[in-house]
Amino acid sequence: MLSDYELIGILAIFALALPILAIVGGSILGPRKPNRIKTDVYECGMESYGPTWVQFKVQYYIFALVFLVFDIEMVLLFPFAAAFKILPLYAVIEAAIFILILAAALVYAWKKQALEWF
Amino acid sequence: MDSFHIADLFGSIAQIWNEWLGGFLATEWVNIVNKAVGALLVTAVPVVIVVFTILGERKIIGRFQDRLGPNRVGPFGIFQTIPDVVKLLTKEIITPAHVDKLLYNIAPLLSVSSVILIWAVMPFAKNIIGVDLDVGALYFVAVSSFGTLAILLAGWSSNNKYALVAAFRVVAQLVSYEVPMVLALLVPVMLAGTLKMNGIVEAQAGEVWYVVLAPVSMLIFFISSTAEVGRSPFDLLEADSEIVAGYNIEYSGMKFAMFFLGEWIHAFTICGLTATLFLGGWHGPFVDQVPLLGPIYFLIKMFVVYFIHIWIRTTMPRIRIDHLLDLNWKFLVPLSLVNLIVMMFVIKLVGDSVAKTSVLLISNVLMFVGTFMILGEVGRQARQREESMRQAEPVTAGVQG
Amino acid sequence: MIYAVFVLFVLMILGGGIGVVTSRNIIRAAAALILSLFGVAGLYVLLEAGFMAAVQILVYIGAIAILIIFTVMMTQRATDPTRLMFNTQWQWSLAVAVVFLLLLVYTLNLVWPFTTSAETVASTGDVTFELGRALMDPEGFVLPFEVASILLLGAMVGALAVARERHDDEEE
Repeated sequence: MLSDYELIGILAIFALALPILAIVGGSILGPRKPNRIKTDVYECGMESYGPTWVQFKVQYYIFALVFLVFDIEMVLLFPFAAAFKILPLYAVIEAAIFILILAAALVYAWKKQALEWF
Repeated sequence: MDSFHIADLFGSIAQIWNEWLGGFLATEWVNIVNKAVGALLVTAVPVVIVVFTILGERKIIGRFQDRLGPNRVGPFGIFQTIPDVVKLLTKEIITPAHVDKLLYNIAPLLSVSSVILIWAVMPFAKNIIGVDLDVGALYFVAVSSFGTLAILLAGWSSNNKYALVAAFRVVAQLVSYEVPMVLALLVPVMLAGTLKMNGIVEAQAGEVWYVVLAPVSMLIFFISSTAEVGRSPFDLLEADSEIVAGYNIEYSGMKFAMFFLGEWIHAFTICGLTATLFLGGWHGPFVDQVPLLGPIYFLIKMFVVYFIHIWIRTTMPRIRIDHLLDLNWKFLVPLSLVNLIVMMFVIKLVGDSVAKTSVLLISNVLMFVGTFMILGEVGRQARQREESMRQAEPVTAGVQG
Repeated sequence: MIYAVFVLFVLMILGGGIGVVTSRNIIRAAAALILSLFGVAGLYVLLEAGFMAAVQILVYIGAIAILIIFTVMMTQRATDPTRLMFNTQWQWSLAVAVVFLLLLVYTLNLVWPFTTSAETVASTGDVTFELGRALMDPEGFVLPFEVASILLLGAMVGALAVARERHDDEEE
């Protein structure tokens, strides 16, 4: 079991080395002449003024929150799906209750208009 | 040395390699060298395939739009990608002022490596797989979920308002579409009874492909994985006409190329996953006698699914962000929950009887029919509401409309 | 060989932890937290609990870390460097913390003595399969399983009650 992950460890090293090599190669081969205009912030050709701070819409946070709840639900359903073949019928009913309670959570979010973008 | 079978090409090559190495190295070292070579191959395979895929996609899109694709470099333009790579290598890497240097540089690395790590569990043949992890299906979901983090870091560290806004929208999209993707993924896992990718393929080899047993799941997985990658019609990530280049505005040269590369590789990686989970992976006729056919079948299926992705890309317009999220949370997630519950009960009740295939197929068809009826009902009510609103205020409707 | 990997992961966890506490830039602190969480996932891999490692990456790094970064960006002008988090009495608090740590280690050693050999759990192969069976068993963990779903429902309702936007057509 543990030896499976050796390949993943080595692969992680190679997978990080590939972009590093590519970027190093790019910085060697490319010209390097920074000037003030090139390194300025991009704002469709205008000078940027004001700090880089955007009015953060709380909707982004709400979507991440709803996703988190469903993420944990998914994680708890994975072992159930893996053991599904040998589980008897009442296990299916238990899992159905689990899913229905979380569907109720989704319906709550929907009714309270938390899933609108605007 | 046993005789060299051309039918079992990769097996024979592996045997010759192992014997040659065993001649001068001890066994653990042979193991480590094998693992290193395996990791190198797993890194190289997607990079090699992407070279052909980029070209193929450009030519196919060209044909859809009634023009030839690139055809200058080499016969039929097959070497087009090489000048592109050379161009990107020799561009100046401009690092804007005031960026957070550490995070700015880490983001493309994380983005590419998260995609390459998925290829460790992609089954090419019965014995050709990086590593048959016993949590294979969960592993690829976990690894693609830290690609979204890389995008967030890229957007924030670029010190640019557009990049930040784009990064937020992208993360909201990617994170939302993971839910129906995983819920649809659970159905093949249930049918196969294991999370191992090779186990899922072998279970399909034993019975019929899961596209017949669970077409609703395949459709949900197809749609949500298209959105996960950020391809059209969900390509708000890099909508050139809307938010410039999205989160990679401030990246140039090879760093931009890394994001670009990561996105292309991810595009056909999920095609490979769709082929593995639903279309039977490397399974096909005569694959037991001639194991060489395994990777060939897998690549064919992967490219068929990829072609369908390209087809959809050139045909459909881009979806707006609020429609995108509505589509996910109000249609795909409830549908996938209902699908999961229905499939759970049906599979358990049918068991292993002879009528299994037809019962599952009929229940999926009933789900399709039910979905369309509900959608039709919702559409009809929306139209009726609009009609009544328009009739209630005939004068102002003209002014506002 | 395994010790080297273990030390690497421990360094990731501790380094990430120190980075969270001492970093001036709050997004760097969040990135250090992510490094620390990767280290924990690595430790799960060393314990041969691949499922837990994947869950750690999926839930902690893929959801909770993103949520934390969103929260940080939402409540703060993120380009302002914050003050250094130390106050003037940090030497005393460091000494007290070390004494407390030693006290805890000593007390725990009295109850569960340290050993150098781990107990081997009787693993019958596929971990996730066994976990699934245990989760659904009526004499197993099915009640915590259902309670977990009610807990998640409560968490969603509570968080939405606090955080959502109130629209004009709702009576509160």
